[in-house]
Amino acid sequence: MQKMKLVVIGNGMAGIRTVEELLKITPDLYEITVFGAEPHPNYNRILLSPVLAGEQTISDIILNSREWYAENGITLHTGSKVTMIDRVNRVVIAENGIEAEYDRLLLATGSNPFILPIPGNDLEGVIGFRDISDVDTMIAASAQHTHAVVIGGGLLGLEAANGLKIRGMDVTVVHKNEWLMERQLDKVSGLMLQQSLEEKGLKFMLQKDTEQLVGEKGRVRAVRFKDGQAIPADLVVMAVGIRPNDALAESAGIHCNRGIVVNDTMQTYDPRIYAVGECVVHRGVSYGLVAPLFEQGKVCATHLANFGIGRYSGSVTSTKLKVTGIDLFSAGNFMGGENTDEIVLHDKVGGVYKKLVLEGDRLVGACLYGDTVDGSWYFQMLKDGKDVHDIRDNLMFGQNHLGDTGHKGQTSAAAMPDTAEVCGCNGVCKGTIVKSIKENGLFTLDEVRKHTKASASCGSCTGLVEQILASCIGGAYQPADTSNKPMCGCTDHSHGVVRQAIRDKKYLDIPTVMQEMQWRTPNGCASCRPALNYYLISTWPHEAIDDPQSRFINERAHANIQKDGTYSVVPRMWGGITTPDELRAIADVAEKYEIPTVKCTGGARIDLLGAKKADLPKIWEDLGRAGMVSGHAYGKSIRTVKTCVGAEHCRFGTQLSMSMGVKLEKMLFGMWAPHKVKLAVSGCPRNCAEAGIKDVGVIGLESGYELYVAGNGGIKTDVAQFLCKVESDEDVMEYSGAFLQLYREEGYYLERTVHYVNRVGLDYVKSRVVEDASNRKALYERLLYALQGYEDPWLERVLDDRKRREFKIIPVEELA
Amino acid sequence: MSHWVKISTLEEIPSLGSRVVQSRQGDIAVFRTAEDKVFALHDKCPHKGGPLSQGIVHGEKVTCPLHGWNIGLSDGHATSPDVGSTPCIEVKLEAGEVFLKL
Ligand code: SRM
Ligand SMILES: Cc1cc2nc3c(=O)[nH]c(=O)nc-3n(C[C@H](O)[C@H](O)[C@H](O)COP(=O)(O)OP(=O)(O)OC[C@H]3O[C@@H](n4cnc5c(N)ncnc54)[C@H](O)[C@@H]3O)c2cc1C
Ligand code: SF4
Ligand code: FES
Repeated sequence: MQKMKLVVIGNGMAGIRTVEELLKITPDLYEITVFGAEPHPNYNRILLSPVLAGEQTISDIILNSREWYAENGITLHTGSKVTMIDRVNRVVIAENGIEAEYDRLLLATGSNPFILPIPGNDLEGVIGFRDISDVDTMIAASAQHTHAVVIGGGLLGLEAANGLKIRGMDVTVVHKNEWLMERQLDKVSGLMLQQSLEEKGLKFMLQKDTEQLVGEKGRVRAVRFKDGQAIPADLVVMAVGIRPNDALAESAGIHCNRGIVVNDTMQTYDPRIYAVGECVVHRGVSYGLVAPLFEQGKVCATHLANFGIGRYSGSVTSTKLKVTGIDLFSAGNFMGGENTDEIVLHDKVGGVYKKLVLEGDRLVGACLYGDTVDGSWYFQMLKDGKDVHDIRDNLMFGQNHLGDTGHKGQTSAAAMPDTAEVCGCNGVCKGTIVKSIKENGLFTLDEVRKHTKASASCGSCTGLVEQILASCIGGAYQPADTSNKPMCGCTDHSHGVVRQAIRDKKYLDIPTVMQEMQWRTPNGCASCRPALNYYLISTWPHEAIDDPQSRFINERAHANIQKDGTYSVVPRMWGGITTPDELRAIADVAEKYEIPTVKCTGGARIDLLGAKKADLPKIWEDLGRAGMVSGHAYGKSIRTVKTCVGAEHCRFGTQLSMSMGVKLEKMLFGMWAPHKVKLAVSGCPRNCAEAGIKDVGVIGLESGYELYVAGNGGIKTDVAQFLCKVESDEDVMEYSGAFLQLYREEGYYLERTVHYVNRVGLDYVKSRVVEDASNRKALYERLLYALQGYEDPWLERVLDDRKRREFKIIPVEELA
Repeated sequence: MSHWVKISTLEEIPSLGSRVVQSRQGDIAVFRTAEDKVFALHDKCPHKGGPLSQGIVHGEKVTCPLHGWNIGLSDGHATSPDVGSTPCIEVKLEAGEVFLKL
C-alpha cells in the first residue's frame, strides 16, 4: 500500500514534537517531509539562554540529530524556507525551489520577534532573540563592542540581558512599565527581582519609551527616548513580544486572525491542513511556552494518525525565569482582584516573597519569589481546581511543612551545589540530573525518572527534582495532571476509569480487562498488572481470578525478597503478643535453617532475615506447627496492629488495648488493599502504640475510643486525622472496617490511606462512614464478606504440592 | 562440549512466569511467555545482580524484582535508558519438553 504524504513546514519544537508523537502511535502511516528555514536540525530553543550565558553549547541543545530523521525515514530540508502553498495541487514550494506534495500538511512556523516600528530599527546590530543566528550575533557583538541595550523587561529580555552581562557587556534593560515582568510578577516581587539583577550588575531604565535608534555608518550607536535622554548602544536586542508567524498560511488563503485559526483538533479551515505551536490561535489564545504546544502536538498526532480521540481545550501556563541563582514562579491570576483573597508572606531580609490568591476555596493564582519549592504543588492544585478549604491554614507553608525524610530537609534546589545528593534512594546528585536534562532534552518528571532514576523509588525528592527541571527548562515544565493520568505506558486510561469499568462491566480477569479496554501491550507491564489484579479481586471477591504471575515477587512468594536474592520471614504476632512456645519455634527455625539475622521489626514482631527460597515452605511448616501464620510483611495488605499494654497492666490504661488490637488484627487477616495498611491501639492518650501515624489509629478513653485515620509514618510523616468517637469494641471494628473497605474500593493502587483521603477529602470519608449508618454497615459487611474463608497462605503452600512448585529449584548438575 | 539437557516440561513452568535451574555456571532462569515461548538467561540482573527469575514477565521482557529494570528475554539486554546485559542460554522446546544447551 502506498503511504500517505505528510509535509511539515517548520522544523521547530512544536512541529517535531508532533511528528514524534505521531511516530509513537503509527510509525508507518506516512512518508514524512520536513522543511526548516533554519540551517539546523530541531533544537531546544528554550536553552538558547544558557547558550548565550555560556553555560551550554549549540551541540548540547540539539534535540533531534540528522541521524534521527534518517533513522525514521524522514526527508529533511534545512535552510529551506517555504514560500508558497498550492492548495489546489497540494504541493508546497520552497524559496530554493524544492517542492513536495502532500496529503496532509502540518504548519508549525512558530513566531517572529516583534520589532518596534521606530526609525533605525533596520540598522546593523539591531536584532530579536529567537534563534541560533541571533545568539551568534550577540556573542560576536560581545567580543567587539561594549554597550548593549535590551528593550523589554520580560522573560526573554532578562535572559538576554543576563547572558550579555555574563559575556562582559555593559547592559541596560529598558522597560515601559513600572516593574519588570509585569505579566508574571506583581509589583513587590518585580522590585525584588530588579534588585537581585542589579546585584548581578545589570542596569535598568523603567517607564521609558524608546523613540529612535541612532546609527553611524549603518551600525546602531545609541538609543534615544521620548524624554530626550539618550544612551550609548552597540547592540540592541528587542524583546518586546512575539507575533505568530502566519504570513505563509495567510497568503495561501487559510483563515488567520493574529495567528492561524484552529479548532480543538488542531485543524485549520482547510481540513487537510493542521497547525500547531506559536503560529496558532486556538479559542482566541496563542501560547508562547512549550508545554501547551506539546499538548497541542499530542492531540494533533492522534488526528493525523486517524485515531481522532484527543481534543485540545487550552492550557493554564506557569512561568519560571532561567537566570541562574534566581528563583521565581508564577501562575494563574497572581494579581488578584475583586472576589479574591490573598495570603502573603514577605521576608525582606531573607529575600522571600510568596503570594497566594484564592477565590472562595480554590487557589487561582500564585506568585513566588526566592523560595519556589512549592510552585508545582500550587500549580497542580490550581489546574485541578482543588478545594483547599481543609488545608488553607497550612497552604502558605507548603507541601513539606510536615517533614520530609531523606534529604536533610533540603527544600531549595537553587541553593544546592551540583554535588549535593537529591535522590537518597538511588544516590543521584543535582549535577547528574541537570546534565541529563540538558543532554537528553528531557521535559517531564517521568523522563527524568527514567534517565536518572532520581525520584523513581520512594518519591520523597520529587519536589526537588521538579524544581531542578523547572530551573533548567523554565515554564516548559508542567507537572503531570494527576487527575486523569494514564495508569502506565500500556494504556491511556487512568486508574479511576479502569476501576470503574471493572465494576460496571463486571470484568473478572486481567486478559478481559486488557482486551476490552484496548491495552497497547499484549500482557501489560510490571506496573499495570499488579494494579489490575488488585482491582479485580477487591471489586469481585471470591469471583475474580487472582493471578499470581501479576503479583510482585514478595506477594507471590509470601516473603520479602532481599538484596542478595534470599528472603525474610515475619510470622504474625497478633497485636504484638507472643508466647514462650512461639519464641521457641522461632529460635528452632533460626538454628535449623541457618538464618543469619533475627531482628525485632519496627512493627513489633520478629523477622528472620536471609532465608533461602527453597527453604521457605519447610520454615513455614515448622512455624505453623507452633500455631504461627503469615505476617504479610510483604504485602499490599494488612501488616501490623501495634498495641500498648493498656488496661490489662498499665496503671493509666483505660481500655483493653491488647485485646482490642488482637480482635482488629484477626478481623483483618488476609485483607489486600491498594497499599499496606497498619493499625495501632493505645490504651490512653499517652499513645504508646503511636496510633497517631497509622492508617487507622485507635486511642482508648474512659468513655470509649477515639478513631483516627490516614496517618503515615513513612516517607513523609503525616499525622492521622480525627474521624470520630465511638463507644464499644464492636463500634471500633465496624467503623474502622468500613473506613478500610471504602479505601479498598476507591483507593488507587499504591495509594496509601493518607493519599486517598487527601484526594477525596476527610469530609467525604465522614459522610460515608460516620454520618451514613446504613452505608457504614454495608461497607463493613462487604469487607467481612471479602475476608470470609481466607486461609493462611503459608499453610496453603505447605499442603498444596502445585503451589510449592514456585519454591523448587530444578537441579541439573548431575546431567551436565 | 556443551549439549542439550532436558530440564522440565513446559507445563511445569507457569505461563508468564519462570523456573530456576541450578547449573554449574550458576542459576539459570527459564521463562515462559503468554505465547508459550521459552527463554533462558543467567539469573542475574545486569544492574545489581537481582534474581530475574523472580520478576514479573510481560511481552518478551522481565522486570527485575529489585529495582525494576526491564530485561529483554531474547537478548538479555536492559531496556533503554538503562544499559547492560545478561548472558542468554540457548533453549529449545520439543514436544512439550524444555531443553537447555549447557
Ligand atoms: C522489616 C521492616 C524494617 C525493620 O527491620 O524493622 C521493614 C522493611 C521494609 N520496609 Fe518498611 N519495614 C518495617 C516497618 C516500617 C515502618 C514502621 C511500622 O510499621 O510501624 C514504616 C513507617 C510506618 C508506615 O508505613 O507508615 C515503614 C515504612 C516503609 C515505607 C514507606 C511507606 C510510606 O507510605 O511512606 C516503604 C516503601 C513502600 O512501602 O513503598 C517500606 C518498605 C519496606 C521494604 C518492604 C522495602 C522493600 O520494598 O523491599 C522493606 C523490606 C525489607 C526486607 O527485605 O524485609 N517501609 N516500614 C519493618 C517491618 C515491620 C513489620 O513487622 O511488618
Ligand atoms: C531565548 C528563548 C527562551 C525561551 N525560554 C522558554 C522557556 O523557558 N520556557 C518555555 O516554555 N518556552 C520558552 N521559549 C519559547 C519556546 O522556545 C517556544 O514556545 C517554542 O520554541 C515554539 O515552538 P514552535 O515550534 O511553535 O516554534 P519554533 O520553535 O520557533 O519553530 C518554528 C520553526 O519554523 C521555521 N519556519 C518558519 N517559517 C517557515 C517557513 N515558511 N518554511 C520553513 N520553516 C519555517 C522557523 O525557522 C523555526 O525554526 C523561549 C524562546 C526563546 C527564543
Ligand atoms: S528497611 Fe525500610 S528504611 Fe531500612 S533500608 Fe529498607 S526500606 Fe529503607
Ligand atoms: S538488580 Fe535488577 S534492577 Fe537492580
